[in-house]
Amino acid sequence: MKRRNFVALAVATVLAFPVLPAAAQETIKIGLVTALSGQSARAGEAITRGLTIAIDELNAKGGVLKGRKFELVRRDDEATPAKGVIAARELIFKEKVAVLFGGLDTPVSLAIVPIINQEKLPFMGPWAAGTPITQNGANPNFAFRVSAVDEIVNLAMLQYAQKTFNAKNCGMILVNNPWGESNEKGLLAALSAKGMKPAGIEKFEGNDVDVVPQLTRLKTAGADCLFLVGNVGPSSQVVKSLERMGWKPPIVSHWGPAGGRFTELAGPNAKDVHFIQTYSFFGKQTRVGEKVMKALMAKYPDIKGPGDVTPAVGVANAYDAMMLTAMAIEKAGSTAGPSGPSSSTTRSSLWA
Amino acid sequence: MLVTSAIISGLGLGSMYGLLALGFQVTYSVSGTVNFAQGSAMMLGAVFAYTFAVTLAWPLVPAVVLALALCALYGALVELVAVRPFAKHGSNAWLMATVALGILADNTVLFTFGKEPRGFAMPWATGSFQLLEINFSLLQVAIPVVGLALAAGLHLFSRRTRLGKAMLAVVQNADAARLMGINVPLAISASYAASTVFAGAAGIMIAPLFNVHSDMGTLFGLKAFAVAILGGMGSAWGVMLAGLMFGLTESLITALLGSAYTQILTFALVIVALALMPNGLFGRAAVKKV
Repeated sequence: MKRRNFVALAVATVLAFPVLPAAAQETIKIGLVTALSGQSARAGEAITRGLTIAIDELNAKGGVLKGRKFELVRRDDEATPAKGVIAARELIFKEKVAVLFGGLDTPVSLAIVPIINQEKLPFMGPWAAGTPITQNGANPNFAFRVSAVDEIVNLAMLQYAQKTFNAKNCGMILVNNPWGESNEKGLLAALSAKGMKPAGIEKFEGNDVDVVPQLTRLKTAGADCLFLVGNVGPSSQVVKSLERMGWKPPIVSHWGPAGGRFTELAGPNAKDVHFIQTYSFFGKQTRVGEKVMKALMAKYPDIKGPGDVTPAVGVANAYDAMMLTAMAIEKAGSTAGPSGPSSSTTRSSLWA
Repeated sequence: MLVTSAIISGLGLGSMYGLLALGFQVTYSVSGTVNFAQGSAMMLGAVFAYTFAVTLAWPLVPAVVLALALCALYGALVELVAVRPFAKHGSNAWLMATVALGILADNTVLFTFGKEPRGFAMPWATGSFQLLEINFSLLQVAIPVVGLALAAGLHLFSRRTRLGKAMLAVVQNADAARLMGINVPLAISASYAASTVFAGAAGIMIAPLFNVHSDMGTLFGLKAFAVAILGGMGSAWGVMLAGLMFGLTESLITALLGSAYTQILTFALVIVALALMPNGLFGRAAVKKV
């Protein structure tokens, strides 16, 4: 798998404090706060699998910092920011994790980021794409990501809509939460850069049954393409509402539908949704990609081929993010934070 | 087109709110208590029907009938364990007990049915037809029709059957009804069973439009309670009508003003309506003789 260019590791200056033999036996806890139940449960499971494969690989090689192994500690945020904050606090203060990983939901990650910046603990986002998760204004900033960033995804969505569907008057149908807001801002900027305006901007709630009124407004405004932003459940509601209306505009979506049983939930029209993916296990793989695929098939009996690695984005990003984290910890020479004995930290290694 | 399609959407959702709210109204009239976890009963209806019709691949009719029967049993259970023990001592603890039982049901489903939402496609529900350049799905038309038919069924049940009349007698005067030989606990239990059957029916009908999962009824339950209060707890038709009005208002606000205003304006209108008519739009003030 390719290294993400926005998180490049370089040499970090490390003071050579001796590592005590007792500490060598201590495991390094990696925290994960993600949705393990509800509509995004599959996404949480995918992140768990990616992390587990990476941790197994790292531990088999003897871990980091002269023999310290990794241990994954995960908590369910039920896709709810309040529950995510409680879970994050538990992992930070009780479990004393060295690094905290986030999940699929931007609102949850946005709620956790102020805590990690306050506690000076590195946060790694393998999936949530909200721009302000990492661009949060904090200094020093402890939030990192190996995931797409909305403002870049939004450029790609517009480019795809123009190239594939010759779209000239796109409407937005966005989930009414901070992720939707992040995309509204990004899509408006992308459209504005090309001198375009949206046909309309409509929001819907995550548990709305009927999105027909919002979609009818967009249809009436002459939308020739829809930009869809929502997790798997809400996205399926949009597709089903379009089916009831008998309206079939091209749909260019963020990667929300990748997070669960989209085909089952959205019905036969699910195939008409074109969505962003940052990784796929289909096609020719790199050496690392082949290795991860082999490990997944060996560990999880339900994985018999690339088609069973769903959502692939979660698995691949989490694997990469864990590998980068391990390298950063190794470079830092310690898991102590800025107030610890080392002048270098996992954070500065990740920045480097 | 904008307004017509919003009206169709609003009537569909509104009749679901009305059916759930009718559940609140039935038990409140008979016993002065309600099952605050109506949303959970709605979810159970959909989960049972999905399990029988999809997981076990039964034909739809027996699957729905058995799902509704189980909902009725659940209603009787709610009354037996979460309402009766408290109400008979004049305690209001049933408020919390029914909520707690609902959470218990939600979590039991979460761990048995599964953590992921499932799609419940019904082949007949996907059909559609065009009228005045607007596409109507069969389900959108069927939902309000079935909703109103069930409300009419309740009306007939309470007027034409022995148990229904017994329930009406309990509504008027529980002590007098008891003296006349009416089994008051059975009448109350029946009202709870009817209430959860309505909720279950709403869940089954909404399932093809929505997804089946353990917390699918939570928001519906909340909105339905607002509808029940808005309609006036004493009037069955009032509650059903309030449900339709609530659904239409939501849908029309979204269509005409935009989705950003839907929740703010809908609930603001509920508050204004209740401030002007504290007993609900169709309710009457209770007369308390001293």
